[in-house]
Amino acid sequence: MSVPFSTQLVNVLAALLLLIAFALLSQRRVLTLIRLFALQGAVLTASTVVVAWSTGYSDLYVSAGITLVLKVILIPWILHRLIDRLFIRWDVETLINIPTTMLVGIGLVIFSFALATPISQMASTLTRSTLGIALATVLLSFLMMIVRRKAVPQVIGFLAMENGLLFAATTATFGMPLVWELGVALDVLVATLIFGIFFFHIREQFDSLDIRHMEKLRQD
Amino acid sequence: MEVLIVLGVPLAAAVLLALAGHRRWAPELNATMSFATLFATLLLTARVVEEGPILALDEQFFVDSFNVFLVALTAFVGFSAALFSRPYMRTEQDRGRVNAGRLRLYHSMFQLFMFTMLLALLSNNVGAMWVAMEGATLSTVLLVSLYRTPASLEAAWKYFILCSVGIAQALFGTILLYFAAEKVLGSGGGALLWTHLHAVRNQLEPTVLSLAFVFLLIGYGTKVGLVPLHNWLPDAHAEGPTPISAVLSGLLLNVALYSVVRSKVLVDGALGRGFSGGLMMGFGLLSVVVAAFFLSRQRDIKRMFAYSSIEHMGIMTFAFGMGGAVAAFAGLLHMTVHSLTKSAIFFTAGHAAQATGTQDMASIRGLVQTNPAIGWGLAIGTLAILGMPPFGVFTSEFLVLTTAMHEHVWATPLLLVALGVAFASIFAKVQPMVFGEASGAPLERGPALVPVFVHLAIVFALGLYMPPYLVGWYRQAAALIG
Repeated sequence: MSVPFSTQLVNVLAALLLLIAFALLSQRRVLTLIRLFALQGAVLTASTVVVAWSTGYSDLYVSAGITLVLKVILIPWILHRLIDRLFIRWDVETLINIPTTMLVGIGLVIFSFALATPISQMASTLTRSTLGIALATVLLSFLMMIVRRKAVPQVIGFLAMENGLLFAATTATFGMPLVWELGVALDVLVATLIFGIFFFHIREQFDSLDIRHMEKLRQD
Repeated sequence: MEVLIVLGVPLAAAVLLALAGHRRWAPELNATMSFATLFATLLLTARVVEEGPILALDEQFFVDSFNVFLVALTAFVGFSAALFSRPYMRTEQDRGRVNAGRLRLYHSMFQLFMFTMLLALLSNNVGAMWVAMEGATLSTVLLVSLYRTPASLEAAWKYFILCSVGIAQALFGTILLYFAAEKVLGSGGGALLWTHLHAVRNQLEPTVLSLAFVFLLIGYGTKVGLVPLHNWLPDAHAEGPTPISAVLSGLLLNVALYSVVRSKVLVDGALGRGFSGGLMMGFGLLSVVVAAFFLSRQRDIKRMFAYSSIEHMGIMTFAFGMGGAVAAFAGLLHMTVHSLTKSAIFFTAGHAAQATGTQDMASIRGLVQTNPAIGWGLAIGTLAILGMPPFGVFTSEFLVLTTAMHEHVWATPLLLVALGVAFASIFAKVQPMVFGEASGAPLERGPALVPVFVHLAIVFALGLYMPPYLVGWYRQAAALIG
C-alpha cells in the first residue's frame, strides 16, 4: 500500500516535533532552549504549509505566516532580549534528573497514543497519526513546566504547549477558523509580554528567577 | 445593537482610563462607565425578555435567558465593585501602597476585565469564548501583583501559570469539539458557533465529545477553582487588591462555570446526561468537602472567604451536574446569591483589613465598636453566606439538598457534613472579629457602605420573596440547560 507523499511529509514533520519536545525536556542551557523553541515553530510552520498545499485550504497559509512571524521570529527575539537584559546564562536545574524525566516522557507518549487511537480512526488519512503526537507534545511541555525550577524554562514550556495545540488544530482539523487563530495568536503574544514584565518584577523582589524563592504561600 | 453597546462601553472605558486612570477623578470616571455598562445591559435584558433569544452581528453573538441574567449580574456587581473601589483605593493610595501609575493600570485593567467577561458570556463562538477567558486571566494577572510584594508576585505567578495551563487544556477541548463538528457542519466558521453545534448536537461523534468534555472541564474547571485545580485561587484572592478579589470571586468564577455548562449542554446531546453529569457531580462534591475542611485552618480573612468561594462553586457544579429543572434552577439562583453575598463580604473584609491594618484574623477584633457599619455588614454577610434562613443562599442550598435526597441519596450526608463544618469554622472566626475586644481605629475615609447593604438587602429579599418575572426567567434558563 503506497502512502501519498504529502502524508509521509506530515508524518516526518510530526515526528520531528515530538523529537524537539524531548530535546526541550532534556536541554539544560537556556539559550539552546530558545533555539529549540524557534526550531519547533519552524517545523510547525512547515507542516502547516504542507497541509495547506495538499488540501488547498488557503486560510492555512495565513496561519503558517502567523506562526512563522510569532513563534519563529518575534517571541524568540523577545526571549533573547529578556535574557540579555537579565543576564541569564547559567544552566538550568531540574527537579528530577533528566533520564528519569525522559522515561516519564516516554510513558506520556504511550498514554497519549492510547488516548488518541479511537479518535484517529475517524480522521482523514493525511493526518491519522498526528493527533496522538499533538497530544504527546502538549503533555511533554506540561511535564517540562512541572520539572523546571526557573521562570524562563517554565514559560518556554508554556509556549511549546501552545505549539502542540496549534499542530493539533492545523493537521487534525485542517485549520480552525482564521478569526479564532488571530485571537489565540494575540493572547499568546500578550502573555509573552506579561511574562516579560513579570521577570523584571520577580528579579527586583527576589534577586533571582528561581521559583523556589516563591514558596512562602503555603497550602493551608 | 445593544450587544455592541454592552461590549463597547467597557472597552472604551479601558482605553480612556489607560490615558487618565491616574487623575484625581479617575475613580469617579470608572464608576460612571461601569454604570453606563450596567444601563446598557439592562436595555439588552429588557429586549431579550420581550423578544426571546437574539442573534447579533452575523451570528457571532447570542443572547438567551441563560446568559442575559449572568450579563446583568456581571454588570451590576462590576458597578458596585467600582463604587467600593473609590474609597478603598484612595485609602490605599494615602497609605502609599499604590502610586498614581499603578492606579492607572488598575483602573484600565478593571474595565478590560469587565469587557473580557462580558465577551465570554455573550459570544456565540466557542473559540471566541476561549479567547475571552484567556483575556480575563491576562487582564487580571498584573492586578493580583499590584502591590509588588513578594507574596503578591508569587500569587500572580501561580495564578498566571496554573490558569494558562488550564486554559490550554480547554483549547485542546475546543479543537476536539471543532474536529467533531466539522464532520457534520463542514469546515469554516459555522462549526464553532454554539447555536449551530446545539442544532446538531445529537449527530456529533460521542467518543470525540467525551474526550473533548474532559479537557473542557479540566480547563475551565481550573478557573472555576474546582479541587484539585484550585491552588491559585486562595493566593490570588488574598494578595490582590480587595475590589479585584470581589470581582474574581463574584464574577470570574461564574463566567468560567458558565463556559462549562454551555459545553455540557452540547455533550449531553451526544452522550446523554450521565457522563458529564457524573464528572461534574464528582468534582463539585470533592470541592465542597475539601474546601470546607480547609476553612478552619485559615488565618487570613480574604483567604478564608476564598476557600468559601471554592466550596460554593462546588455546590453549583454539583447542582448543574445533577441536572433537571429544579437542580438547574437552584444552581442559577445560587450563582446569583453567592455572587452578591461574596462580593459584599469582600467589600467589608477589605475595609476591616484597612481599619486594623492587617488581614490576619487573630488581629482583627471588635469591629462593631470601631467601625459599626463594617462590623454589622461582615456579620450579616457571613450569616447569609453560611446559608442561614431567610437569606437567598438558604433557598438555593435547600433546593440542592432536597433534589440530592431524591436523586442521589449518597451525596446528601457528605454535603450536610461539609456545610456543617463550614458553618462552624467560619462562624467561630467571624464572631470575635465582629464582637470581641476592639482593635484598630475608625477609617479616616468614609467606607463604601451602599454596595454592601444593597447586595445584602437583595439577597435577603430573594430569600423571602422571588418576583414572578424572575422565577419565570430562571425557569426558562433552567429549561435551556437542564
